[in-house]
Amino acid sequence: MKKALFTLALILCALGLSAQKPKADDIIKAIDRNMISNTVKSTTRMVVHSKRSSRTVESINYSKGNNSFYSEYISPPREKGTKMLKLGSDLWIYDPGSDRTVQISGNMLKQSVMGSDLSYEDFMEESTLEKDYNAAITGEITYDKRDCWILTLTAKHGKVAYYTRKAYVDKQRYVPLYEEWYAKSGKLLKTVKLSNVENVSGRWYPRYMLFKDKLKDGKGTEYFVDKIEFDLKIPDHIFSKAMLKK
Amino acid sequence: MDKFLIKGIFRDRHRWLFPLLIVGVGVMIMVFSLSFMKGYENSFIRQNSRFDTGHMKVVSRAYAEMLQQKPFDLALIDIEDDLEIWKAQYPQLEWAERISFGALLDVPDDMGETRAQGEVVGFAIDIFGNPQEVQRMNLQKAIIKGRMPQQPGEVLLSNVAFEKLDLKLDDQITLIGATVFGSMSMQNFKVVGAVEFGVFSLDRGAVVADLSDIQTMLDLEGGASEILAYFKNGEFDAKVARSIASDFNQKYSDEDDEFSPQMLSMMEQNNMGYLLGIFSQTMYWTGVVFVFILGIVLWNSGLMNGIRRYGEFGIRLAIGESKAHVYWSLLYEAFVLGLVGSIIGLALGLVIDLIIGTNGMDVTAYTRSSTMMFENIIYTDVTWGVIIASFVPGVLSTLFGAGLAGIAIFKRQTSQLFKELET
Repeated sequence: MKKALFTLALILCALGLSAQKPKADDIIKAIDRNMISNTVKSTTRMVVHSKRSSRTVESINYSKGNNSFYSEYISPPREKGTKMLKLGSDLWIYDPGSDRTVQISGNMLKQSVMGSDLSYEDFMEESTLEKDYNAAITGEITYDKRDCWILTLTAKHGKVAYYTRKAYVDKQRYVPLYEEWYAKSGKLLKTVKLSNVENVSGRWYPRYMLFKDKLKDGKGTEYFVDKIEFDLKIPDHIFSKAMLKK
Repeated sequence: MDKFLIKGIFRDRHRWLFPLLIVGVGVMIMVFSLSFMKGYENSFIRQNSRFDTGHMKVVSRAYAEMLQQKPFDLALIDIEDDLEIWKAQYPQLEWAERISFGALLDVPDDMGETRAQGEVVGFAIDIFGNPQEVQRMNLQKAIIKGRMPQQPGEVLLSNVAFEKLDLKLDDQITLIGATVFGSMSMQNFKVVGAVEFGVFSLDRGAVVADLSDIQTMLDLEGGASEILAYFKNGEFDAKVARSIASDFNQKYSDEDDEFSPQMLSMMEQNNMGYLLGIFSQTMYWTGVVFVFILGIVLWNSGLMNGIRRYGEFGIRLAIGESKAHVYWSLLYEAFVLGLVGSIIGLALGLVIDLIIGTNGMDVTAYTRSSTMMFENIIYTDVTWGVIIASFVPGVLSTLFGAGLAGIAIFKRQTSQLFKELET
């Protein structure tokens, strides 16, 4: 019942926002409501297109808000059993081959995850867009046949990986369809294209993303969300270091 | 006549002492500095070819574009069959597969948690299957603690890193790097020895591991980031290397395939051609400047000698000796002095070279901040080139000095000679 009321409120809010030009802050709140959930369990496929070849890496992921994240890679065989745990601002990787758990910090956070266009740093954002960025509507555009707001986000503090973000946000569904992530110097670092937006448990969520690291050669990394469940009960022990060596 | 002139020189101390001293010391300095520079150049070539460039190197075309960054993700993969073909095609060469990679060295504590970490440069060589490689890297001699790896999973670590990370022999370490496809990769190793190569840029933090271990770690089965080729006689010949590289590239390299192999001669890598060009230019200009400075000093000495022997030349001209004959006899004397002075200078220089060529000169203080590969101890290297480049300018400078000073002879007026003699 609670869930139904929440969904209704969300739709009414979205309808209300679409009727008139909303405030930028309301848009990012709506994006946060779509993209961030209390708990999420997903099965994803990451297709990494490098200069030499393409590889598919599959994983099962659990998250609680934006603070806790646990991921276990299930294929290819070389990566199987590799686990990643994020608790607050700490990130650990467990490698089954060496049976070692290593904390990722400093420059290592900038390294690529499984050779993809995503870095560990991209997993480290702890907060919501609303808390991390000041938003401004800087235009309107039709992108991927959808009417979008152009939103420019500027970091409120130095704890975020990207100082500025530019996003095309679907006017009806409040999901970003395209993003550009910039360094403080103004250099474009990454782009993300999001599509296959579906309504999952009352929220709009993109099932396909294409990440492109602009500092790297290659054709980018495709990210498929094959299964996703929101607001389910996840046992606390999943988000513990003991889980890494299990 | 020659005997008469030679006796004349050596019976008059004023005529030989100063020129001999100048030429002798000059040639001695020249022999030493040129042989030291030659030693430095050889050290540079030797160290770079051993540790980095080979006499030639085969890499992928994409790798060649970013050669200095050593991007092992652009390595040659499944290259074993091709390598056999190349070995048969170029029997004058020895081949060595290598992988250079950067990694984070992680030392676990008893609980398996990180106790210490440090960045290292990894060298993977075929320790168990290519004894020439072990010899070429001077691995046995470089070990200052422990022993050579005897089985897979054993590595050597530079002594600086070994001490800094407070390691003991047989301690386990984990190397954390990235595979050729960019995934994070971790592998455990046992440190069985600490090494010191005598090259500061390597001794700061290097790990030497067996090729197959690192191929597994980096997901680079049957591949290598670089395949080095050496002339079997051990001597680098720039011209032959260039011609082999050109032949190889014509046969095996495809401009449209960035992962096809490309051979680079040593001179095409790491600015080696430019740097070695600077070395030979420096040696050439050192010779030129030496002749010029010594010539000026000896010109001055010749002028003073001319003033002292003003009366003698006057009498010789007065009794009918031609000006040209006096001039040529002066040049002959200078030639003899240059010859003797150069022989003495050469002998002294060779003695110094013998001492430094045997014991070496420690230049660690100057190479500490250098990223270039020089040995910490430099040995002088005397070649025929060095001897000729020192000896010939020694003789030439005395001739040059005497030639300039002797021009005054042609300015003497015969009609004035007796008048001058009277005063």
